[in-house]
Amino acid sequence: MPSKTTTTDERTVPVTEPTERITSPSLKGNTSELRDLEAGLDNLQSDAGRKHGIEWKRILLPVAALVVLILVWQFYVSLGLKRRDQVPGPLDVLSQLSALWGEGKVQETVWTSLQRGLIGFLISVVVATPVGLLLAQVAPLRRAFGPLISGLQVLPSVAWVPAAIIWFGLTDATVYFVVLMGAIPSIINGLISGVDQIPPQYRSVGKVLGANRFQMALQIVLPAALPGYIGGLKQGWAFSWRSLMAAEIIAVGGTIGFGLGSLLDQGRSLSDMGVVMAAILLILAVGILIELIVFGPIEKRLLQRRGLLAGSSR
Amino acid sequence: MPVVLENLGKRFGDGAPVLDDVNATIEQGEFVALLGASGCGKSTLLNIMAGLERPTSGALEVPSDGAAFMFQDASLFPWLTARGNIELALQLADKSSTKASRRLRATELLELVHLGGAGEKRPHELSGGMRQRVALARSLAQDRQLLLMDEPFAALDAITRDLLHDELERIWKETGRTIVFVTHNVREAVRLGQRVLLLSSRPGRVVAEWNVTEEHRTDAGRAGELTGTITRRLREEIRRHAK
Repeated sequence: MPSKTTTTDERTVPVTEPTERITSPSLKGNTSELRDLEAGLDNLQSDAGRKHGIEWKRILLPVAALVVLILVWQFYVSLGLKRRDQVPGPLDVLSQLSALWGEGKVQETVWTSLQRGLIGFLISVVVATPVGLLLAQVAPLRRAFGPLISGLQVLPSVAWVPAAIIWFGLTDATVYFVVLMGAIPSIINGLISGVDQIPPQYRSVGKVLGANRFQMALQIVLPAALPGYIGGLKQGWAFSWRSLMAAEIIAVGGTIGFGLGSLLDQGRSLSDMGVVMAAILLILAVGILIELIVFGPIEKRLLQRRGLLAGSSR
Repeated sequence: MPVVLENLGKRFGDGAPVLDDVNATIEQGEFVALLGASGCGKSTLLNIMAGLERPTSGALEVPSDGAAFMFQDASLFPWLTARGNIELALQLADKSSTKASRRLRATELLELVHLGGAGEKRPHELSGGMRQRVALARSLAQDRQLLLMDEPFAALDAITRDLLHDELERIWKETGRTIVFVTHNVREAVRLGQRVLLLSSRPGRVVAEWNVTEEHRTDAGRAGELTGTITRRLREEIRRHAK
């Protein structure tokens, strides 16, 4: 290193003992003292790790809320204000559910719908992620297509059902088309807004570190936008599931399998309120389960690792 | 290879020039403190040297491989561990490096900033001083001769800052980098720099220059004297803007 021999004015950097002595006027010492000092300060300044156990409140509170709601429902039904076949009680719905389970209909419908919902959602993720990244990174593209994508997100995807039936008939393609039209715009929008919220400093750092456009997008922009992206995925799943139900309710028959929406529609046409309520509860239950076992943990872990959970009510 | 700034100027849009006719030469291996009041375009000058912004006039000569940069806030990526941040810098600096070699080098760099045990921690688990040391290790990972530092210790408490001054001096001597250190703290400039350049405000221009000798470093009285001289000159510069 030529710098070791560089001299400026009367000051000469000693070549022999360059690191042994710290020449601070206030603090003279050697490097091992410096190391100890730093270690002490580090320990004083960083937090001790928090302990984690099973958080019973997290389990008990939602269960308690559920019990209260069911009791209110039962109380309302027992007042006898409406006919029992129009407003069935919790026990009626439960027995209807077990009857449907016995026929194998619960398993069939949940499996059919869940499978379609997940496949549709995964296709949406695969399509929407590169498109979203491209739109977020390339300004002219975004100016051109941004309003359209936002508009598509507002457009209820049920509106695509008639068109899809005309194009694809009563096939699974109709269902998937509607699901994709629901989920893709919301995932794209989530990713774009996630990218918008990246602190500009991260891009400067990326540039200084020598990242090219591709590396910038994949190794800096995408991970930095991950919280927003996960939010978009969550919303995308919600849109897939909703669109799927809408499609299944409207498009029944043909080669379209028997899903939860179809069950709901069947209950309506038979005026069987028990089946209708059972189907609604199943649709709700799938939504809650996906949130609890998929998105909830992913989001929590993500925020925790980035230190964004402190003080939140999650 | 020295860094040469020749008649460098910068203005944003049609506004008044931020930098005007900046001239300076920084030798290889030199530690230069760039001192100035707020709004004198110190950061702009640094950004130009880093290639983040383009000058509107004049010429500059920097090493062809560019410069490493350290920001005022550590700007570590929160989704990576301390080690991950350093390894990413290594990977972006040398695309052909292997994972194992990056890991080894990251360990060395963490050791260099005395953070050997904190590699698996995430930025939010580190104190401000530790974060800045990881950021320093990351900028060293870029392996560029020129290291630009934009008020890297301004947001730290006094105890940590003193310690990091010693730490930076040690690392500068160990690695032989050319360092341009921007600060608005006269004492910090005298403590660290071999040379202190004073930048005037609006437009920014190098108006004065002092050499910090070995004597200033070992004799607190002489250091205080120099600090006083520079402070007076700096205040004179600020007072010009009173009217």
